Amino acid sequence: MSGKIYLYPVWLRLWHGLNAILIILLIISGVSMQYTNPANPFIRFDIAVTMHNFSGILLTINYCWFLFGTITTPNGKYYKLSFKGLMERLIKQFTYYTFGIFKHEKPPFPVTKESKFNPLQQFTYVAAMFILVPIVIVTGWALLYPEFVLTKIMGGSGLKINDFFHVILGFFVSFFMLIHIYFCTIGATFVSNFKSMITGFHESH
Amino acid sequence: MISLFSRIFIKVPVSVCLAVFMIVMLSLTTEAQNKPKKETIAFNENCLKCHGQSKYKYLNPESGTEVTKRMYIETIINRTEFYDSNHKTFKCTDCHSEEYGTFPHAGNLRMESKYVCIDCHGGDETYAKFQFEKIEAEFHESVHSTKHSEDFNCWMCHNPHSYKISVRSNDKIKDIVAYDNAICLNCHADISNYQMLTDKVNPNILKKHEWLPNQALHFKNVRCIECHARTNDSILVAHNIQPKAKAVRRCVECHSTNSILMASLYKYKVQEGRSKAGFYNGVIMNEGYVIGANRNYYLGILSLIMFGCVAAGILIHASLRILKRKK
Repeated sequence: MSGKIYLYPVWLRLWHGLNAILIILLIISGVSMQYTNPANPFIRFDIAVTMHNFSGILLTINYCWFLFGTITTPNGKYYKLSFKGLMERLIKQFTYYTFGIFKHEKPPFPVTKESKFNPLQQFTYVAAMFILVPIVIVTGWALLYPEFVLTKIMGGSGLKINDFFHVILGFFVSFFMLIHIYFCTIGATFVSNFKSMITGFHESH
Repeated sequence: MISLFSRIFIKVPVSVCLAVFMIVMLSLTTEAQNKPKKETIAFNENCLKCHGQSKYKYLNPESGTEVTKRMYIETIINRTEFYDSNHKTFKCTDCHSEEYGTFPHAGNLRMESKYVCIDCHGGDETYAKFQFEKIEAEFHESVHSTKHSEDFNCWMCHNPHSYKISVRSNDKIKDIVAYDNAICLNCHADISNYQMLTDKVNPNILKKHEWLPNQALHFKNVRCIECHARTNDSILVAHNIQPKAKAVRRCVECHSTNSILMASLYKYKVQEGRSKAGFYNGVIMNEGYVIGANRNYYLGILSLIMFGCVAAGILIHASLRILKRKK
């Protein structure tokens, strides 16, 4: 059975596309700054800093756009996490990805107009969009305006702790990005999910 | 209760009591040594009654009237600053001629040669750790000395009547930075002082540093000499000020693991954290943060391992998908 469902409205696709570009720029410039080496710079330091600052500011605006869209349109319903039986659903989806998929079983939670995310997707997207990204944004702005950061937090340097969170969560955003892109190849065809984010139509298996 | 106290007291070894007593006495003596003697203060008042204020008075023997004159600004000594400075225990005549005891001062006294740091501090074991000889050698190589010969001496930057060593005595890096930068700005941001040595107009520091990202933050947190003096790991403060063409301009000189700041002020603040595996590189200061230099060794390793695991997981999954694909 194969069909097309219109799942991704224009505002969402624009947000998603811009978000993808900005996060890729942030990861590249962030990694370059984190592992800066005078003898062998990946991106020249001052360029990397400017790139990271601009992308971060744009990402914040883009994030507000996402929040606004999610609150004012039906898109918000996909992010309402139901904790009842969550563990079983997560395990079921995980088992599908680790075993079922290779046996060509049907996905346990097919994409519908009512639920576009499978349990694993929903769980990680909620964590990424409502925990991970907001903390990275706040700690990032704190690094742009370090004079507002508490100098001491529980006896340690406020800036160091802030930086630590920004860098560690930045790594997690990078992991999310890698896995997210890879999982997009699991669709009706290798590229169908990428096409969906351009056309707005999801193609079922 | 008494017996409990006496038991505790008896348990404390006599040697410990003696050590504590010695430490207390020693600290009291050191404190006393660092304070100016009452006689010194009284003696200095002979000079400061005129030189400690903006005006002075004397009796004109010819007219028999009292004359009030304005004190020349460069010869005014601020008592509070002086008695808080490194040279606070000195009598004025320790450095200046005793002939100043008579008024009006003899004209030839103006020709009196002045001491520079090395005259007193050179070869002195007490000050060995400050390495005055090395500082002197560095200074003679600096642009200050080579461009201005004898006109430029220690006192241009270090006012002997108010100079106070700030490295390792202040708790906050920012205070040390502000104090040290004020020394440079005293001439480089003040045309009247700047033109004591040249007829040129001093460059506008803010404009000259326009290229520097986050200029205000850098100025508040970094000393001028970090970029304008050649780093020397073996002395406390670098004195070899370089010509502007040789100033540090590449961000990564500081923003990297081999940050030049490692050899600077910051190493005295957090020396213990300097090991490779330290939680943060020792460069970094108690209250500061430098992108690229604040790098956690374990986090670096852990992140690489995690990136490796993610990549391996994706590769294995993708390979299995290809192998098991529908034929």
